[in-house]
Amino acid sequence: MKDTPLSNCERDFLLKAIEEKRRLDGRQTYDYRKIKITFGTDYGCCFVDLGQTRVMAQVSCELVAPKESRPNEGIMFFNLELSPMASPAFEQGRQSELSVKLNRQLERCLRNSKCIDTESLCVVSGEKVWQIRVDVHTLNNDGNLMDAASVAAISALCHFRRPDVGIQGEEVTVYSPEERDPIPLSIYHMPISVSFAFFQQGTYLLVDPCEREERVMDGLLMIAMNKHREICSIQSSGGIMLLKEQVMRCSKIASVKVSEITELINKALLNDKTARKAGGRCGFAESMPQERITALKMDQTSVEMTDVSETVSSIVQTAEAPPQTVPSPLVPVPGVGQIGEGLCNTWGLEEEEEAEEDDGESSGGDSVAEVTKMEKEQHKDDKSRKVDVVEILDSDEEEADVVILYPETTKKAKNIGTGQKGAATSRKQQKK
Amino acid sequence: MGSNRCCSEYVPAKGETVIGIITAKSGDVFKVDYGGSEQASLSYLAFEGATKRNRPNVQVGDLVFAQFVVANKDMEPELVCIDGSGRANGMGVFGAAGLLIKVSLGLVRRLLAPHSDLRADLEQLFPCELVVGMNGRIWVRAASVQQTLILANLLQSCDTMTAPQRQQLFRRIQMGAL
Repeated sequence: MKDTPLSNCERDFLLKAIEEKRRLDGRQTYDYRKIKITFGTDYGCCFVDLGQTRVMAQVSCELVAPKESRPNEGIMFFNLELSPMASPAFEQGRQSELSVKLNRQLERCLRNSKCIDTESLCVVSGEKVWQIRVDVHTLNNDGNLMDAASVAAISALCHFRRPDVGIQGEEVTVYSPEERDPIPLSIYHMPISVSFAFFQQGTYLLVDPCEREERVMDGLLMIAMNKHREICSIQSSGGIMLLKEQVMRCSKIASVKVSEITELINKALLNDKTARKAGGRCGFAESMPQERITALKMDQTSVEMTDVSETVSSIVQTAEAPPQTVPSPLVPVPGVGQIGEGLCNTWGLEEEEEAEEDDGESSGGDSVAEVTKMEKEQHKDDKSRKVDVVEILDSDEEEADVVILYPETTKKAKNIGTGQKGAATSRKQQKK
Repeated sequence: MGSNRCCSEYVPAKGETVIGIITAKSGDVFKVDYGGSEQASLSYLAFEGATKRNRPNVQVGDLVFAQFVVANKDMEPELVCIDGSGRANGMGVFGAAGLLIKVSLGLVRRLLAPHSDLRADLEQLFPCELVVGMNGRIWVRAASVQQTLILANLLQSCDTMTAPQRQQLFRRIQMGAL
């Protein structure tokens, strides 16, 4: 799926704003967005939020045979994946140009700088070494994936613990975390990358560009440095011409930023360590704040409560009596039940006059008389029983009706039933 | 942005006005991105006063305010910049010197509601121009770049605020705190 195209007006506005030294989110030129580092339950799992950009790094290890050219050293493997979850522009499976570029930059930043002591990863020279694998997944792209990825990768490496190994002669035993405490990796320094975006042919620069700023930039300069002010990697893309002074200025800014970020990482690692020691809850589930609205939440609305009781009583007095509810089914006629509120059925009353005029009344009347006679008999027989369910088969009606009879309503039913039954039969005969 | 929680995808409906971005010109038809799963088509004749000889001045990357005439799940959506009688009625190409932002669909509907207090609060702030598309896109322009940026950020944060919080924020801005 293609990403939303950038409209001309956005581009013009952004460039104009940058000329006035204004950024979209109100930052200053050299400001970073808020960085948040959290660790997961496993050792070596790290989430980094750089504003809205979110990446996750996971470190894992495996015993493998070493490279033939370097039999004493362990192997570091880096993999950065651009997930479609991060942006509609990223496609699953395809190695886009950006993905290749970011992978290369991450490798140069971490592997070529020799920040990890690979010789300590050797178990049996020439036969078994540890292969440390760092997987970085992008979860949301709001610009500057490179910086977020480098922070996540180095934090995860610092957080990671590898299993302890014991060597006895030729035998190599790998102890599980329960048997022996896992050992942290030996890390010399922490290289962190800082990105600078250039606009208008290098006239203006911004640190930590967000996604929209990245779209309108001319070029990008990435400097990877550690807190000892050693430059681990420099990369310039976009083909812009930079002056020596500009690069020097950028490296000075980078050293300030890197020391701040390194402090942040160390603090986060320390927090995690104390949390684990205290046995507190740490990990993935805890680091996700519940920011969803899962229920309809409304503010309390103020309600006018003055003289409520007087108003209520006046309303109650002036109102009509509530309609009488019929608690049990009322059977005006077999097949018709009535329950609950409501006026009494007036069918019978209106149709009584009509029915008298009709011819078919007599037959209807007879059957009704039968019905009521049956009801009366039932009533006499089963006085003790409260509820009767009697099947009444009428000659006129095709279906068998199951009717619940109550002794109290029998008489009423009789009166109304006469008229209604008559009406029903008269209508039926009219139809015919 | 991928997992922006507030924004759900817009589904086109006939008669709704949206802000689209022209992505391509192919023959007599423009392809417009409105933030949905497909691109909509907009004929060059669907502008006020456009004839075969007198083509409208529309470039790739321009913003258009248009309404849907065809919008169902079986056909490619179609937009026009004229109403039934052939007049523009506020639609067409626009966008110089403003900023386009993306907000949630709910906020857009709240803004366009008949007696919206969000709009009433905005009127108190400072003079500005707003074009509101039902697809969750708002174009803002105010007197200066700073005011435009303030307005854009305000609208995006208004989404998740209650009315009193919003009014408090607006009051702070009026006093010049931000």
